Amino acid sequence: MPFLELDRVGKQFGPQTVVDDFSLAVGKGEFVSFLGPSGCGKTTTLQMIAGFLDPSRGAIRLEGRDLTAVQPARRGLGIVFQSYALFPHMTAAENVSFGLEMRRVPRAERAERVRAALAMVGLAGYEERYPRRMSGGQQQRVALARALVIQPNVLLLDEPLSNLDAKLREGMQIELRQIQRNLGTTTILVTHDQNEAMSLSDRIVVMSQGRIEQIGTPQETYERPASAFVAQFLGKTNDFAATIGRVGAAPARLVAGSWSAPAPAGLAGPVTVSIRPERIGFGDTGLAAKIVTRIFQGNHWLFQCESECGPAIVIRQNDGRPQPVEGEAVRLVWRPEDMSLRGAGAAA
Amino acid sequence: MSAAIDNVPASAAATADTRDARAAWALSAPALMLFFGVLVIPLAMTVMLSFHDWGQYKGIEPVFILKNWREIATDPYYAEMFWRTFRIALLVTLITAVLGAPEAYILNRMSGRWRSFFLLVILGPLLISVVARTLGWALLFGGNNGLVNKLLMSIGLIGSPLRFMFTETGMVVALAHVMMPFMVLSVWAALQRVDPQIENAAMSLGAGPLTIIRRIVLPQIMPGVLSGAIIVFSLSASAFATPAIIGGRRLKVAATLAYDEFLNTLNWPLGAAVAVLLLLALVLIVVGSNALIERRYAEVFR
Repeated sequence: MPFLELDRVGKQFGPQTVVDDFSLAVGKGEFVSFLGPSGCGKTTTLQMIAGFLDPSRGAIRLEGRDLTAVQPARRGLGIVFQSYALFPHMTAAENVSFGLEMRRVPRAERAERVRAALAMVGLAGYEERYPRRMSGGQQQRVALARALVIQPNVLLLDEPLSNLDAKLREGMQIELRQIQRNLGTTTILVTHDQNEAMSLSDRIVVMSQGRIEQIGTPQETYERPASAFVAQFLGKTNDFAATIGRVGAAPARLVAGSWSAPAPAGLAGPVTVSIRPERIGFGDTGLAAKIVTRIFQGNHWLFQCESECGPAIVIRQNDGRPQPVEGEAVRLVWRPEDMSLRGAGAAA
Repeated sequence: MSAAIDNVPASAAATADTRDARAAWALSAPALMLFFGVLVIPLAMTVMLSFHDWGQYKGIEPVFILKNWREIATDPYYAEMFWRTFRIALLVTLITAVLGAPEAYILNRMSGRWRSFFLLVILGPLLISVVARTLGWALLFGGNNGLVNKLLMSIGLIGSPLRFMFTETGMVVALAHVMMPFMVLSVWAALQRVDPQIENAAMSLGAGPLTIIRRIVLPQIMPGVLSGAIIVFSLSASAFATPAIIGGRRLKVAATLAYDEFLNTLNWPLGAAVAVLLLLALVLIVVGSNALIERRYAEVFR
């Protein structure tokens, strides 16, 4: 039995369907991310789990128990909000202690748990600080401690890191992941940042326009995107128009410009070849292209090329070997197993 | 040589500085002159006037005596009148806070269209003259068969008609109505600064609706309630039109007494003393409570 289960959940605002047919089973201790652009319904789904919104259709179950009948205050979920929503008139310790007071935890135990929670997020010694006198990162940690101290069944994170600067965000990602692993709290993260989703989650739910595009491990969604949307949203990708055809009695071949490979079974006619920029190399034969710009980015080079099949991006590791210069004619090659194929009709 | 070179930019900077300073004074001169002309000078003249002598037949004599101040300090009539003024102001402040804070909170939770409609309903009275609004209350109160009394008796809340006209009760009711928009606006402004997710946060931690209001919302809008209270208190204590119409000649407050001394008795010095004392008391109360509020909330709020 899954720990948290969303069964064909839908949300309607007037005539507008914000979330449609959302089904997901989350295992105990799992870290799942809802990833998608703004307005894709990920936050709405989170709010339905939290109980701030009622689903128009479907059921949400926690350990087999219907959650939609339970008051939000009784669901026992820990939530970290995008704005942190700390209580500005309370110190860090009072903020963290609030949930325990509501649960009538005795004073002595409360103090001990508050101290431990703040220490866990690296804020020992900040007990008496007011939120306004803390940095964004520190407020974030208080919000996390406040959500975790009540030992929630599920931890819900609503874009918790989006207000932090890039350096701090990376540090918090690592820390968040460690804390989650240590406590084993089932966690759902809502984010529009694909790097965040990939580095934190066990599984990613990619959403677009209220629908699930793909559910899979970070590697699966990156390497084997189920749709053009997923491929575009999770990092850069190259889409080349190609055809599958046979000449005479020879086995069918997949052809994109001057590049060709034996065709996989099951597809025919025009197709779209999708290939990540870091999987493309320069060779002697292959797709003919010309380097338009070459950008040095420290650990790698970024090439923008104009190929027979349209613009292409190539990323090469800075391994010390000489790289082609701007204006140079090159041949782009890749291994057939690194690309994913879609029927041309499905490309959008 | 080097000294001469060093000197050039230094003196240039100095002239630039003096020019800047002169420009600043010149530019603020109109406002300063207006401030002095319409506020400082009349106020100083009023203070001076309060030390002048006055007689039924001799009129105002520009001498320095403490007669008016001694009269205010010794005659219990004035003590009672000032006590009444501040009692009314305090009651009005309490009523507007108790009714206005929930009003602003409910208003804030309404959806867009209803909110703008009710905001207009709340602020609308400010567009009507205080005199007109108070006369409206006088009509409603109007003796024993006023509408208010009839209504209260018909729903069985009171057995015999209450006296509203020429009583403190009537004054407090009418003033509370007049002052309500100021309190609602002040609390409303405080509510705008409250994170809309904060109630959800409290709810997710297990707090019920009453706990959320008592422990989360109320402490955050308290600065708004208190600054609204300062505005309402000072406006009520110095209100003239409402006490003059509802209280009439019989029940005087500081503002109506000063008016009567000036225009009926023609004892300008005594009226000036009353006015100055009211001003001093109000400044003390407002500055004092403001300092207290700021010290109390400095840690928490910007």
